[in-house]
Amino acid sequence: MSLIWRPVPLVKRRARRLDPPHTVVTSRPFPGFTLRFTGANSDVSPALQQAMSKLDTLGLAADWRSTVELVLAEALNNIAEHAYAGLTPGPVTLTARMTSERLHVILRDQGRALPGRKLPEGVPPKTDVACANLPEGGFGWFLIRDLTTALHYRRTDRENRLQLEFDLTNPPKSADS
Amino acid sequence: MPLQETQTDTIKIITVNLPRIDAAVAIQFKDAMREATENGPDQIVLDLSNVAFIDSSGLGAIVASKKQLPQDKRIDLAGLTPDVAKVFRLTRMDSVFRIYTHVSDLAPRAAG
Repeated sequence: MSLIWRPVPLVKRRARRLDPPHTVVTSRPFPGFTLRFTGANSDVSPALQQAMSKLDTLGLAADWRSTVELVLAEALNNIAEHAYAGLTPGPVTLTARMTSERLHVILRDQGRALPGRKLPEGVPPKTDVACANLPEGGFGWFLIRDLTTALHYRRTDRENRLQLEFDLTNPPKSADS
Repeated sequence: MPLQETQTDTIKIITVNLPRIDAAVAIQFKDAMREATENGPDQIVLDLSNVAFIDSSGLGAIVASKKQLPQDKRIDLAGLTPDVAKVFRLTRMDSVFRIYTHVSDLAPRAAG
């Protein structure tokens, strides 16, 4: 066995790959995490599951869990089905920061801008119509608006940035309120 | 698509054996429902007691299942779990369907 010292070859760092979601856990300034994945339909669902399990670890209250999961599902579906529709799905970054009072989630993608570069109104679906005219879609933005405490959207050069905020000091909106 | 059908003379119960009806399965769900509701009794009950999560795509697929029914047929829902019920209430789609607490409330013989 040779004991001759050989310099360790410098390995060129591989470009950051986008497939399967990977996590960077940070502890400053607030507990949180960042997930990076692609905006492909098939990637969005596992990424959501991973985000929920990270939020569980951070101590997201049980009564908020389903609300947050629904809102994130809707926002991620919008990215996969609209922002990247007809395009090669590009990167999505989900960053979450949580304190006992507040959860902030920022979603960034490089797909198409929202129409008019602004948040859709998200009007409540019309249910007092004939069966044939019942809406089969358009619930997503309504739910996102309804269930978040605050919502901000910004389009920069080529990036959509959606910030979702949840006030955890109160129970989530119930359907009856 | 794991839809399980149980049938009496007057009612067909379709049990969804999926934990989630979401964007990933919405289209297959709608197609499978079309197939499952084409023939058989006019009253159809969709048993959602095994479904823990639904998003707007899943909700849309259930509404589509109602809209694509042959004439004379109706579809009711049963066994909504709390988070699923909440999505129906928030979107007011609970006013569009008759909803039973449990499928056995409706057809004890067929539920077994």
